[in-house]
Amino acid sequence: MINQKTLKYLRLTFSYLFLLVMVAIVAYPILWMIGASFNSGDSLYSSTMFPKKPTLEHYRELVTNSDYPFHLWYLNTLKVASLTALLGVILCSTTAYAYSRFRFAGRKYGMMAMLVIQMFPSFMNIVALYVLLNMVGLLDSHMGLVLVYAGTNIPFNAWIMKGYFDTIPKSLEEAALIDGASRMTIFWKIMIPLAKPIIAVITIFHFVIPFGDFILARILLTSYKKYTLTIGLFSLVNNQFGKNWTTFTAGALLMAIPIVIVYMSLQKYFISGLTRGATKG
Amino acid sequence: MTPQTNAVSKNITVTGTKRYIAAILSAICMGFGQIFNGQFVKGIVYIIIYIFAIISGLDFWKYSYWGLTTMGETPGKDHSLVIMIESLVGVVLFLIVLGIYILNIIDAYKNGKLRDQGYRVPGIKQTIKNVVDQGYALAYLSPGMIFLILVTLIPLLFTTLIAFTNYDLYHSPPAKFIEWVGFNNFKMIWSFGGWKRTLTYVFSWTVVWTVLSTVSTFGLGLFVALILNQKDIKGSKIFRTILILPWAVPALVSILIFTGLFNTNFGPINDLLAFFHLGPVRWLEDPTWAKIAVLLVNLWVGFPFQMALCTGILQSIPQDIYEAAMVDGASPFQKFFKITLPLVLYSTAPLIIMQMSYNFNNFNVIYLFNQGKPPIIGLRDAGGTDILISWVFKLTLDKLKYNYAAALSLIIFIIVAGFSIYNFRRTRSFQEEDMLQ
Repeated sequence: MINQKTLKYLRLTFSYLFLLVMVAIVAYPILWMIGASFNSGDSLYSSTMFPKKPTLEHYRELVTNSDYPFHLWYLNTLKVASLTALLGVILCSTTAYAYSRFRFAGRKYGMMAMLVIQMFPSFMNIVALYVLLNMVGLLDSHMGLVLVYAGTNIPFNAWIMKGYFDTIPKSLEEAALIDGASRMTIFWKIMIPLAKPIIAVITIFHFVIPFGDFILARILLTSYKKYTLTIGLFSLVNNQFGKNWTTFTAGALLMAIPIVIVYMSLQKYFISGLTRGATKG
Repeated sequence: MTPQTNAVSKNITVTGTKRYIAAILSAICMGFGQIFNGQFVKGIVYIIIYIFAIISGLDFWKYSYWGLTTMGETPGKDHSLVIMIESLVGVVLFLIVLGIYILNIIDAYKNGKLRDQGYRVPGIKQTIKNVVDQGYALAYLSPGMIFLILVTLIPLLFTTLIAFTNYDLYHSPPAKFIEWVGFNNFKMIWSFGGWKRTLTYVFSWTVVWTVLSTVSTFGLGLFVALILNQKDIKGSKIFRTILILPWAVPALVSILIFTGLFNTNFGPINDLLAFFHLGPVRWLEDPTWAKIAVLLVNLWVGFPFQMALCTGILQSIPQDIYEAAMVDGASPFQKFFKITLPLVLYSTAPLIIMQMSYNFNNFNVIYLFNQGKPPIIGLRDAGGTDILISWVFKLTLDKLKYNYAAALSLIIFIIVAGFSIYNFRRTRSFQEEDMLQ
């Protein structure tokens, strides 16, 4: 029995040590970024995690400077993100509902074809999208970007959502059908409320797209005032303003904050919703 | 008698040739077969679709044919790329009409068969009910499908076409027209020494990268989830919240930060190594170290997703399995390898396949971290950490070799799609899907 007890202590000690190391590895780059944003000066390499003279100048510069419209980029990103989330959830939930509840020819292979087609790895696609958007006059517009974001992300998200819908028993709908409810009513009044966790997950997945993508935005948006944060911030480190690293970290931090808050607050949905959707557990 | 019940009794005698006549009539003109079967309303609807398609579609398809064969005739005015895409829209519309046309023939044949068997064809009321039922599926599917056709299918077809043209810096519209060159691009990539060498180098690293990046993120994610899932760990909620952070920080930000952290001369990571009298490691300049660095960055960015997923699965494994194993005297290792691991792998299999194909095309990490560098002598426009996708990106946007880029995209796609389809079909969720419900 003593042996058991030592084993337990060993196991727990190892576990806590491991977790602490992981926390350090995870936290270090983030803390370093936060530290850099309060450093004075522009260079990444002279900055330290604990600045000797902490300053808010980079944050002030972001808000007040006249060279680039940071607040516009921020608003643009929030706008594109919200619209993408809205459209994406509508498209994914309808597609997922069809695949989950209706039996039609080619259903199984349709689902697989959808997943496989989106693996096509091409930047030539962007050329095609450029021409298509130009045809309908949506080039350099946020609407065009939203349509592309929502469209290209249907397969994976609809697949996860379908997995979740599959775990919702059909008997509820059948009962409602007998009571004379229409398919529309069933979808809105039964499926959607029951699928709240996965809808939360899919909403976030769509909401963060504009915060992660920069290639599509870089090519489809041309005017400076319509930029989203990613290309705006990237131009800050890469383009005409030289290496404004510290300002970049300040902007990046401001960009990350809303997403981190949302992720943290919806964490429980991630674990339950995602697992149930992706594995039908 | 409804058609559904007919299907059950297959041994009913079929006499007459009405089904063939109906099918042939519908093939000649959409709707004729339905009228022949006595379904006037349905027939007229089909005829209207038919006339509408011919009137509005014919010019469109003539244009598509002209566009795809000539790629423009008037220099300075016709833009080959625009013409190709407009033509493709026509081709997709044509395929949709073709689909309706085939459905119409099948429908005429089926109802003709009903008549041959001596039943009455469904009347307009029954038809509307059927259409409404089928229509629901279509109504729910079509918004997503329309988007997918526009933003993924047409671009895919477009790239496929470009792979068979000479579209590059020297044949770039609107000044010049693009021309068809058959399989030339593929031959060129395969036969020309420098290209073949680059392809082999980049491809082998891509495969190594795909396997290692997927296995490492999954392995670490699962391990952390297991540690946190021990009942006697205190504060597991706080640990989980902190460890999920890398998932929430936008990848663009964290990857760029890592570029700074891994800097050979000023980076804090080398500072840390120097503290232990190690290094300096040339993280960004040495091909092997750069590969390791990019794998580590990907591990940091990617493990929280796997951790969240594995946590959910671990929590859903019923505890009595473990209790039973304990009664049977199983060791912790046996419990892990005989119960936990199989169950987790079993339910994550489809997701791991997707993760692999995602990593195969994981452009962001590779390009943002180091732009695929360091350069390697003898490789064509590719560096030490370039995977196929980032190489294609360089060929497209930096070198403007669109034709080669498209040909490579097509090769990549065939590999990834083949791998994924093969594996999807073997997963439990694909094979047993309908049995589960």
